[in-house]
Amino acid sequence: MKRALGRQSWLGPAMLLPAILYVLALVGVPFLMAFVYAVGDVKVGSTGYHFVGLANFSSVLENPGFRRALRNSIVFTLCSQALVLVFGNILAIVLKDAFRGRRFIRFLVILPWVGPVSIGSIGWKWILDSLYSVIIWVLIRLHLVPALSPPMWLGEPTLAMISVILVHTWHVLPFATVILLAGWTAIPRDIPEACAVDGAGYFRTLFQVTLPMLLPIINVALLFGTVFTFTDMTVIYILTRGGPYDTTQVLPSLAFFTGILGSDLAEGAAISIFLLPLLVLVAWRMLRTAHQAEAG
Amino acid sequence: MARRARRRFAAAVRWGILVGFSTALAFPFYWMLITAFKRSSDLYDLKNDPFLFHQPPTLEHLRLLLRETLFLRWLWNTTEAGVCVVAITLLLAVPAAYALARLTGPWGGRLGIAIFLTYLVPPTMLFIPLSRVVATLGLQDTIWSIVVVYPSFTIPFSTWLLMGFFKSIPRELEDAAMVDGLTRFQAFLKLMVPISMSGILTVVIFSFTLVTQEFVYALTFISSASNQTVGVGVPIYLVRGDVYYWGSLMAACLIATLPIAFLYNLFLDRFIAGFTFGSVK
Repeated sequence: MKRALGRQSWLGPAMLLPAILYVLALVGVPFLMAFVYAVGDVKVGSTGYHFVGLANFSSVLENPGFRRALRNSIVFTLCSQALVLVFGNILAIVLKDAFRGRRFIRFLVILPWVGPVSIGSIGWKWILDSLYSVIIWVLIRLHLVPALSPPMWLGEPTLAMISVILVHTWHVLPFATVILLAGWTAIPRDIPEACAVDGAGYFRTLFQVTLPMLLPIINVALLFGTVFTFTDMTVIYILTRGGPYDTTQVLPSLAFFTGILGSDLAEGAAISIFLLPLLVLVAWRMLRTAHQAEAG
Repeated sequence: MARRARRRFAAAVRWGILVGFSTALAFPFYWMLITAFKRSSDLYDLKNDPFLFHQPPTLEHLRLLLRETLFLRWLWNTTEAGVCVVAITLLLAVPAAYALARLTGPWGGRLGIAIFLTYLVPPTMLFIPLSRVVATLGLQDTIWSIVVVYPSFTIPFSTWLLMGFFKSIPRELEDAAMVDGLTRFQAFLKLMVPISMSGILTVVIFSFTLVTQEFVYALTFISSASNQTVGVGVPIYLVRGDVYYWGSLMAACLIATLPIAFLYNLFLDRFIAGFTFGSVK
């Protein structure tokens, strides 16, 4: 009977192992290789390997371009996640109840997340074009910017940074929205109603009752959003290539330009290692979240 | 009376927010549509109102895109890579998810989370070593480089998603089947897989979508325009020198986005369940 119930101890590992080995070979091994590269002198085309200790890290840290990229990465992540947090919750609140046309509006709202980012970004590159920008056209009509010297979205450092932050926010907002929406729709209707009966106003209920209840799901949305933002370079690569004058360079794009286009694999690997502390932090928070969900 | 006025006010605010956000979020796609069908002489005339057609619409950009660029080739490459990645993902993730849900005991859940966490290790940390791995395998500049590499992130997420799916199916079903003489593996293959078709379909759509969305690996491993996927081909290789063919470019963007968006939308709720770790009860 015990055998009939299929307690073969080899079947589980046999079904699990291929997937684990595949992921180990293509995530685990390159992950370790990144560290090996970062403390060596590997270049494209070179075959030898010499251990150089922390030389790559110190050369990276002395590079003002790197420090700028690190700062940009932090600004890029913090700003876009703050916007996502506010806009995502507002959108979730207005989308949570059933109304006519909800499915259609939800479809419009998730488009930026579903379409390839590189392709959405090239759409924005056209909208932000230096000559034919439709936004500039509207702003000139409203007399908000001078018609003869309109601002160049992607040509001035501050504007370029704002542009890439907003376009990235545009891309990740739908993802956070649908996650938050799952949380908002799960809140029992009678809780806000009870608060209203007790005389609490809308915003007091929102900040003192509803949002605290949503903290676990907000946490999940922000954890994923942070990883997807801090480690991505697509929007920046398409819109500005890190320019003008490297002012919108972030860590991932700098690693790409140094390691792949600049052929300095070792220094590129050293730069990408700086993504790790944040990943460890997020992984740790996620484990806690998963653990709490299991226990609670 | 005051209550009715307040309700009306609330409805107005809600619709204001809905219209505002959906306009902002969907605007680029609307703009792609307008640009794709406008004549160049209309498009590049600064005196024209860009929201209106001043000359009759044209199919010229579309013709150029389909006849004189590599666009169809990129679509084909993407489909080919997508089908292969989906096949590899299913072959490895479905059994692994089942094992985690049923056969590994208390370790299953932890192992599942560990596998899921590898999904968070980003391409931008791995692309430098992987470019060497791909070169060593002799796959550089072919579509096979991404066919081999993409499952490394589709498998973790798919395994996680399917594990939750298998766990939600009552154990008694398999137990009954095994009492009737099926082995554990037969019960998995003949009973659980058919029951889980909707979960498996979700994984198919998810993996295929990721193939179309990925940018960094394809940009790194593939160097000839004709071997590219749509995600890299359109934004990088439809630009000649410094000249952007905006009409054709926007037509390409639209064609590459909409079909995937429709499919993804159908399975949206299931994807989200995979991301929320059960923190929504």
